[in-house]
Amino acid sequence: MPTEQQTIDEILDLAAAQFKVPREKLSPDDDFFKKLGIDSLQALSLLTRLEQHFNVELPDYELQGVSDFRTLAERIEARL
Amino acid sequence: MNQYQGKVISWEVKQGVIEVALHHAPCNEIGLQSLEELEQLAAALPALEESAHALIFYSRQEAGFCAGGDLRELYRGLQQTKKSAAIAGIKEFHQRIHHVMNTFDASPLTTLAGVHGITFGGGLELALVCDLIIADKTARFCFPELRLGLIPGFGGIPRLKRDLGNAVVRDLVFTGRSFNATKAQQAGLVSQVVGEGEALRIARVTAAQLGKFDRHTAAAAKKFCKPIPYDELRREIEIVCDLYARPAVEAALKKFVESTAAQPYLP
Repeated sequence: MPTEQQTIDEILDLAAAQFKVPREKLSPDDDFFKKLGIDSLQALSLLTRLEQHFNVELPDYELQGVSDFRTLAERIEARL
Repeated sequence: MNQYQGKVISWEVKQGVIEVALHHAPCNEIGLQSLEELEQLAAALPALEESAHALIFYSRQEAGFCAGGDLRELYRGLQQTKKSAAIAGIKEFHQRIHHVMNTFDASPLTTLAGVHGITFGGGLELALVCDLIIADKTARFCFPELRLGLIPGFGGIPRLKRDLGNAVVRDLVFTGRSFNATKAQQAGLVSQVVGEGEALRIARVTAAQLGKFDRHTAAAAKKFCKPIPYDELRREIEIVCDLYARPAVEAALKKFVESTAAQPYLP
């Protein structure tokens, strides 16, 4: 099982690649809506990538109010 | 008419396949314009069926296949007229969209939806009238209507119940959560999951395969294994219109339309 830091790093790698943002500009506590410049529909496409990458199901309602990478990693880890 | 170029929908017949493109920004929301153009397609189908064996719906919008009903147009309609007139208008809209959906559902053509990205609400209902759904791996399927105090209104629940196990139907409808393509395939909703950007190409390949078979036999098989739940569909319109009359729906629509939150699509 990956450590929390590994999960966060993988999320940041995926988000940077998907939305073409320099990886070094992303930090675990960033608001990913603001930092990636995405709306809710684009956030769902990130959710799809994360589900595929980590092979988990993440119901949308578990992401209600979640806007930073660290909390997102916690939600994913709870299902690994 | 082998070709049609509308404001929000276009179609052309290629090698016996009617390819219907949805191209209404941002994500093919279904309002009056879409309804009118879908009605034109439905009216043209009997003539098109003479020279075609399959039909493919797909989207040219990057965000996805279709985000469902046009909630902003709906909300404006509720604001601009008396409640009773607005509900009558909503009922007429639903009767018309049901007629269109039923026409596609009952068509002797083999119908395919090649979907990607957002396939929500009315968009999922359009996909559900098709015989086969081919989803690229970016696709997400959702019935978010309960968040608005509604149930799906374009034939969603009756067709879900026809095609899937009831536990899956309840999961989708009651929670309002979205399924990715793999989950949707496991649930029996999706026929094939393909790579990103490949749904239309694979739908074309599949349609070419379908063209090898005798049309009369294919139509007979479809009629036998895909009954249309007309009674439940009519009942759905009544339930939806009753729900629209509740103040909670208008309040939820107002909240959605006026929201500046980053996550209006999340429950």
